[in-house]
Formats: sequence, C-alpha cells, structure tokens
Amino acid sequence: MSSLKVTDLNTSFRTDDGIVKAVSGVSFELREGNTLGVVGESGSGKSVTFLTVMGLLDPRQSQVTGSVLLDDEEILGASAARLRQVRGRRIGMIFQDPMTSLNPVKSIGWQLEEAVLIHNDITRKAARQRALEILKQVEIPRAEQRIDDYPHQFSGGMRQRVMIAMALINNPEILIADEPTTALDVTTQAQILRLMKQLQDEYKTAIVMITHDLGVVAELADDVIVMYGGKVVEQAGVDDLFVKPEMPYTWGLLGSLPRLNASGGRLDQIPGQPPSLLNPPSGCPFHPRCEFVMNVCRQELPALERSTQGVEHLFRCHLDEESRARIWERKKAGLVQETAA
Amino acid sequence: MSELLQVEGLEKHFPVTKGLVFQKEVASVKAVDGVSFTLNAGETLGVVGESGCGKSTMARCVARLLEPTGGSIVFEGRDITHLNRADMRAVRRDMMMVFQDPYASLNPRKRVGFIVGEPLEVHGIGTETERKRRVQELLEIVGLNPEHYNRFPHEFSGGQRQRIGIARALAINPKLIICDEPVSALDVSVQAQILNLLKDLQQDFGLTYIFIAHDLNVVRHISDRVMVMYLGRAVEIGGRDDLYVEPKHPYTGALLSAVPIADPQAGRQRKQIVLEGDVPNPINQPTACHFHPRCPRFVDGKCNVDTPLLQPVGTGEQHLAACHFPLERWPMTEEEMRGHLATPVEAGAAD
Repeated sequence: MSSLKVTDLNTSFRTDDGIVKAVSGVSFELREGNTLGVVGESGSGKSVTFLTVMGLLDPRQSQVTGSVLLDDEEILGASAARLRQVRGRRIGMIFQDPMTSLNPVKSIGWQLEEAVLIHNDITRKAARQRALEILKQVEIPRAEQRIDDYPHQFSGGMRQRVMIAMALINNPEILIADEPTTALDVTTQAQILRLMKQLQDEYKTAIVMITHDLGVVAELADDVIVMYGGKVVEQAGVDDLFVKPEMPYTWGLLGSLPRLNASGGRLDQIPGQPPSLLNPPSGCPFHPRCEFVMNVCRQELPALERSTQGVEHLFRCHLDEESRARIWERKKAGLVQETAA
Repeated sequence: MSELLQVEGLEKHFPVTKGLVFQKEVASVKAVDGVSFTLNAGETLGVVGESGCGKSTMARCVARLLEPTGGSIVFEGRDITHLNRADMRAVRRDMMMVFQDPYASLNPRKRVGFIVGEPLEVHGIGTETERKRRVQELLEIVGLNPEHYNRFPHEFSGGQRQRIGIARALAINPKLIICDEPVSALDVSVQAQILNLLKDLQQDFGLTYIFIAHDLNVVRHISDRVMVMYLGRAVEIGGRDDLYVEPKHPYTGALLSAVPIADPQAGRQRKQIVLEGDVPNPINQPTACHFHPRCPRFVDGKCNVDTPLLQPVGTGEQHLAACHFPLERWPMTEEEMRGHLATPVEAGAAD
C-alpha cells in the first residue's frame, strides 16, 4: 500500500529575472513504514518538491501541475481547509534549523499542545498530557520541568527533538524531514538518527529524509531518489544504488566523497557547479558537467529507463548498458584502491 | 622536518561579568583551556571537534586575531604571543587564513581584483601593474578566469568564492595557511574540487596547513596529523592513520563511530556508539576530565578528580591521548568500552 504517490510534479516560480523551473516531472512513491532518501545538492529541487507536496507554496508566485495522492486522495490543489487538516495530522514536517521553525515567544509545551488541539477535540489538560508523553519519548530529560521552557533554553539537538515531537505528536503516517541533522554535531546527529529509527519502528511512520549526505541515506533509507536540476536522475533501493549506480552524477557523488577508510589521493571531483534553474541546460541537466557527454545529451533529456540491477531501479542516461557497466567497474576499482592503500 | 609552529599551553578565557556599573567577573568561558601542539613545515594538521570545543578560537589565537590569555605561540622560532602590532604585521605575511563562509569573508562592495590584491597592497609589495599581474596569476592558479578580475563577489558561486578566498590567502606567499572550515558551506561535489585544489597548492608551493573541520571524512582526507579537541582541550593528537585506525581516547572513538558510513551494508554491520547527553556548556565545565559525564569508560573517583594529561599511547609516532583508561583496541562497542578493568596509566609511563 502506498502512503504517498507523486506523479509528474512540476513547480515553477515567477521571478523578476524570469521563470524558475524548480521541479520538472518528478514522480516517486513512498510506501507505508518505509524510508525514502532524497539526495541532491543546491538547486536540485529536493526541498521545493516537498514544499509543493505539503501545499506550502504561495499560489500567487508558483505554478504547480501534477498529482499528489495521499492514500488515493488527491491533495495537490486541495482547499486550504483540507490542507490544514492534512498537515500536522497525516503528514508531519521537520526542517533544518529548529530555531527558526519554533516560535521563540511561546513555550514548547504551548506549541506542542497547539499541535494537538488543532487536530483533536480534547481538553487542554489532555493535550498537555500528550505533550509530556511525547517529550519523554524523544528523550528530553526532566520533561515535566522543561515543558514550560522556551526554545532558546534548549540546545540545538534538544530543539530538533522538540521539532520531531511536534511533528509526530498526532501520529502522522508520513514524516518529511528536510535536512534535519545538517546543522547538528556528528554525535548529536547519531542520537537524532537513532531516535528517528526507534520512533519509526514504534509508530510505523513512513519517512522522507531529504539530505545531501550520502552517509545518512545509507544508514536510514530503504529507497533513494537522486535529484539534479529539478529532475529525478536516478532512483533505486538503497543497496542497489550503492552497488551499481547507473548514471554519471551518482558516480560523481559517490566518487567525490572523502571516506573514513581511505587514505588521501585525489577525490573524483565533478567540475563546474550545480545549474541555474532560470536557464536550465537543454537535454540532460547534467550534461555541462559530465565527462562522458555526447551530442545527444545536449539535445534530448534521457528518459527514465530500468536498470538490470535491482527491482525498480530507474535512471536517466544516454550511455549504453555496456559502457556504463565498464565505467562503473573502473571507477569502483579506483575507490577500492583508495581503501586498500 | 623543521618545526614551523609550537603552541604551548594556549589559553583563551572570556570573562563573564555581572553588574552594570561595577563589573565583577563571576565566571569564565574557558574557550581554549591549555592546548599544546607542534606543526612541522609542509604538513597538514587537521583539527576536529564539535561545537564549543574551541577549535576556531584556538586558530584565531594562533593568528593573533584574538589575544591569548595564557600560553605561548612560537612561529619560526620566534615567540609571537605578545608581539605588538607593528612587529606582528611582518609575521602576518607568513600566516594567512581562509574562512568558512564564502558569503561573509569577501567584501561585497569590492571587486575581486581588489580583494585578492589587498594583501599585496597592505604589505607594500610591487607596483600597481605588478600587483594586477600577480592577482591574475593567482586567479588562474585557483582555477578561476583571470578575466573576471573586475567582477563582484555576488557574481560567483559559493565554491568560486572560496577559491577567491584561497587566492587572497596565497597572494603574499605565506608559509602557513589556517583554514577554518573552508568546505563546510559547500556542496559535496564542489567540496571535492576545493580539497583537491588545497592539496595541489600545498605541493606546488610548499605550504603548511592547519585545517579545522567538523567533518571527520574531510579531515581524514587532507591531514597528515590530527588533533581532536573537546571543550577547550586537546584530547588526542597523532598521525592520521594512527588516530583513525587505532583511536585511543573514548571521545575519538565515539566521534568515529558517529559518522554515518556511505555504504549501507557496512553501516548495518557495525554497532554504533551513541553518546548520551549534549556537548556541555563551556561556562560550566565538568571537573577534571571534561569528557567524564559522557564517557562510557568513566571511573568515579578517578576521572572526575584527576585531570588526565596528554601522554604517549599506542605504537604510533607522536600519538598522545589525555585519558586514564585509553582504548586497548579498535573497533570497540560501547559495552566493550565499559567493560574495562584497566589500572590508570601513570603519567610518564611508557606504553
């Protein structure tokens, strides 16, 4: 059963400099209880995709087409009232910087209670009980005392736990986490990721983990989509993606990672920088930076095709199967050489 | 190899005062609390640690952008800890910095040519024509188009701006470049470019780096030696391979264990150590060993009473750790870390 099914999503913004095509033809499915990793760099469209899914874009400035089915109900273009019912109740969202997403002038208890009261017809006292309960679940120490504290009285890691509490307090089916640990120290990140896994096990929540960190994806995700220039360029189960990535951008991402067990040497860098979405490249969005670029790449966007590795492993590339396999073997050898050294 | 830099017992304490008219010091933020290390010419010292560990403050003290409140800094055999401004200016020709935020470290109102050439002008090097030529040369060295001499910072991407910062640091041929989180704000694919560039420049120009970062993978890639800091102190220092393969301090072990592995199978197989609690506040430092409240190997009566000093551990050359119960091997799980019955290593005892 799919919790969330997005089909051919397109989002553009009207700006003073022209039209920005932030998301182009993005489709994916999120299954119940699964974790979907969404990987991409600046301008890949990963954040805008989910702001669109949640209906959080200003309709005066954005143009959206496509379909977003939440358990077979179309929520793209739903009324504001319906979206308010969905957000926070069926889909929870957490963002990168907890300081700007929490209201600084209200206690966290008040904010948690508000989240409950908007979606449930219960007393304030009952809401407070629920708030306390979830604060304990996200491992806030001395929750009874801290529930009346303000966001600035918490550390970054603690604030992110409060955000997670707020997102999960109504037991949503889906949690969308946009770079939730990027701003945190690595040991705090380990705690938060562990917490998210535990909560997912307990509540069977489907999670969308938006990140640029392939390590986080490897740890948490069941399925992964790789986004570039507003499009999905590869999608696969997490093991398949790391075992046999099928297109040059994914190779580049994996190759440019410095690793804990490698010993110096050159990183496989991708030249240039992520594309401008005001003037997106023709054909394949990655072609200006691709070391294997051919003429057809500049003219035609490669269609999503199936990989021979794995189930539901799709990718976009004009290179033929043999060339891709050969190139990946060569690159993999380069990576392994680093490790053995 | 000659020693370029010797830092001994470096301290930076920020007083916390109370009262409006008569300010009384009531506490002290010991941002850097006795850090010592040496740096050889041509090598890269990676400095890792989390928020509040003092790595950036330490770097600024070394560059005398902040005044140390204790300890000494000896650069090229000369004690620069208390040099006056005029004397320090000459030293600054050899010590440059690259900063983290490529959007904040370049003056948005000045053209790139001016920004990169400013060190030359400040130190009175060359004529205007010679400076312009040098700037164009530098832009090319860092992989930018010399014809962009007249552009403003906002016309460049983050990675390009970082290259401009590096070009500026190279302008007067320094011996030492202190890089404070130079790639943290960059996309992964651009990060790799900048790291490769820094390594190439080091080879081409015989540079010495202090490379500060919180990303252990990045530090591993670029460093020869690594220093791990926690709450103002160095807890472990050693050769890169020694430290990453056989960490001795429990905090280093926890740090390495916390880094997500970009390999789903390997990630599933290992048992991660997840520390409890937050990184503590530098105002309220725990007694004796700063790490003791979170340490899986904590022994009551020892770790919170006797401050462990940096002492030789393991077999590596110059591998030091400040711990009474250094790790016997690696990898270890949290349970294995707790189950030690070691007697404390006495200061000065060989391993």
